[in-house]
Amino acid sequence: MIAVGGVKGAGPASALTLTEKLLARSSGRTSVKPGDIVIVEPDIVLSHDNTAAIWEVFQQLPHGNVKHPDRLAITLDHAVPPPTAKHAQNHARIRQFAQGQGIRNFYEIGRGICHQVLCEEGVVGPGLTLLGADSHSPHCGWLGAFGAGIGRSEVAALWATGELWLRVPETMRITLTGKLAGGVTTKDLTIYLIGKLSSDGATYMAVEFAGDGISGLSPDARAVLTNMMAEMGAKNACMAPDSVTWDWLKASLERARPQEAGERLDYFRESALYPDVEANYALEHQIALGGIEPMVSCPHTVDNAQPLSAVEKTRVDLGFIGTCTNGRLEDIASAAEILRGKRLRRRLLVIPASSMILRDATAAGYITDLLDAGATIGTPGCGPCMGNHMGVLAPGEVCISSANRNFRGRMGQREAEIYLANPAVVAASCVAGYLVHPAEVTDGESA
Amino acid sequence: MTTSSHRVWKYGDKVNTDVIFPGKYTYTISRDPAALARHALEDLDPTFAANVGTGDVIVAGRNWGNGSSREQAVTCLLAAGVHAVIASSFARIYYRNAINSGLLVIECPQIVAAVKTGDRIEIDLAETRIIAAGRSYDFAPLPDQVLDILEAGGIIPWLRTKALRHGE
Ligand code: SF4
Repeated sequence: MIAVGGVKGAGPASALTLTEKLLARSSGRTSVKPGDIVIVEPDIVLSHDNTAAIWEVFQQLPHGNVKHPDRLAITLDHAVPPPTAKHAQNHARIRQFAQGQGIRNFYEIGRGICHQVLCEEGVVGPGLTLLGADSHSPHCGWLGAFGAGIGRSEVAALWATGELWLRVPETMRITLTGKLAGGVTTKDLTIYLIGKLSSDGATYMAVEFAGDGISGLSPDARAVLTNMMAEMGAKNACMAPDSVTWDWLKASLERARPQEAGERLDYFRESALYPDVEANYALEHQIALGGIEPMVSCPHTVDNAQPLSAVEKTRVDLGFIGTCTNGRLEDIASAAEILRGKRLRRRLLVIPASSMILRDATAAGYITDLLDAGATIGTPGCGPCMGNHMGVLAPGEVCISSANRNFRGRMGQREAEIYLANPAVVAASCVAGYLVHPAEVTDGESA
Repeated sequence: MTTSSHRVWKYGDKVNTDVIFPGKYTYTISRDPAALARHALEDLDPTFAANVGTGDVIVAGRNWGNGSSREQAVTCLLAAGVHAVIASSFARIYYRNAINSGLLVIECPQIVAAVKTGDRIEIDLAETRIIAAGRSYDFAPLPDQVLDILEAGGIIPWLRTKALRHGE
């Protein structure tokens, strides 16, 4: 179902991909082309629990103060609530920094994971450029923004000068057509894609999603696409905003920042960018969504992809639903759907990606369903995703997770195994005690 | 004389940042060189940290350093005394982090199959080549801007010198 269209590149040089337009805007140029080194002034510079370490580096510079404090965005999310006094001290230092520098976009523990929160708060949006001290910074591309991950020292340099050099990447276009089958999600699509193209399938490249298949995808499902492209080595991943994007932005802004919602939305409408029809893509792939089946990333790499049917019955000891990849309302709803009226045979930890999601999941009754089934609910944040705390694994344990990485040691223990799947598969597998298609668990019930 | 001689540690394809420097330490160990060095390659090669010597190099396959943006995956190697990482290819954030922290990174796919752990190789930066077992392997020169940063010891010393020079 994946067709490689090969190299196109016949369009006029003035026709630009979405990423090229975004980088032209943030570097103050009318046009850019792949290979150009441009100096960009990002609209947003993201950091999280690593902010204190960046501040230490920043203090080696003679600049004294952050050049554009209004462009910084800081969330406390990676180890929240702090598991040790050392982590608490780290947070305390970050608060001190944020207060001292007058950082307005500062989000306390429990608000949620940086990538989710910055979208919900409308800090990032169509047409903007975000550079972040986090490898999943491409996430915000689902709103039509440019997002790329950079290191701590580069962030310190950005705080000082407000600008950074980037190489304009070649763009890979992935055109989606048709509709996903029931029980299949964009998580399955990305695992499939990364399995086919490998963990370096898009290294140094921009990924642009296009095609009529996108219009049928919910906001929650779209964010998985751009988020997971980090696992294919992409510099950034994006798609053009459409009515689904605008409706979501409006609703989120009205909740998060009611006073400024209108003004912020107008700003996004002015800055929004769209790819040119004749833009030059270095590589084209086409995927018929209808042909995708549930997929699993097996230990210990994301590109070790298998159809669920090939690894069914693999024993699992526990499950984790959460993270910036699959900790949104739709993900929690799909788990609640499966667990309603059932008892878990295995431990299941559910951590909503943000407080807004936790609130919605509570109001919808999903949290009750999960608790009644025996699940554990955690504080919005990254949880055990990178092995810091709150659900790390024991030696020999096998975890089925909705996260984006299953590297050895990722969840804190090198002698553990992590499988990645969509949240419904995680929930169903925790009912069965082994990897299983959700339909088997639900069918069993009705039979 | 720009040639330097180094002992090789050889690894495979797709080595990710979590096995280079585990995520669980990222908010408690940031700059202490001894602590960084102690955990270098902890989940890839438990013998590495105790046996690595100053000036050693890592030679690896495709996509070295994929995964997280954590800079400790670079600085733990510097703290352990590693002189350079030579690989078939690098993940892009790792590549930037290496330059920005002053760790020499060289893309040279041809040499990877030719060396194994314990071999000695010579790196000739001026001539952009590596010599192993009497054979020479060329690599592409780094762009000037990148070389500037590398030679300054990373982006922070580079920027500091620049800022002080311009009296910013
Ligand atoms: S949830 Fe996991 S992948 Fe996402 S930002 Fe947090 S640690 Fe990173």
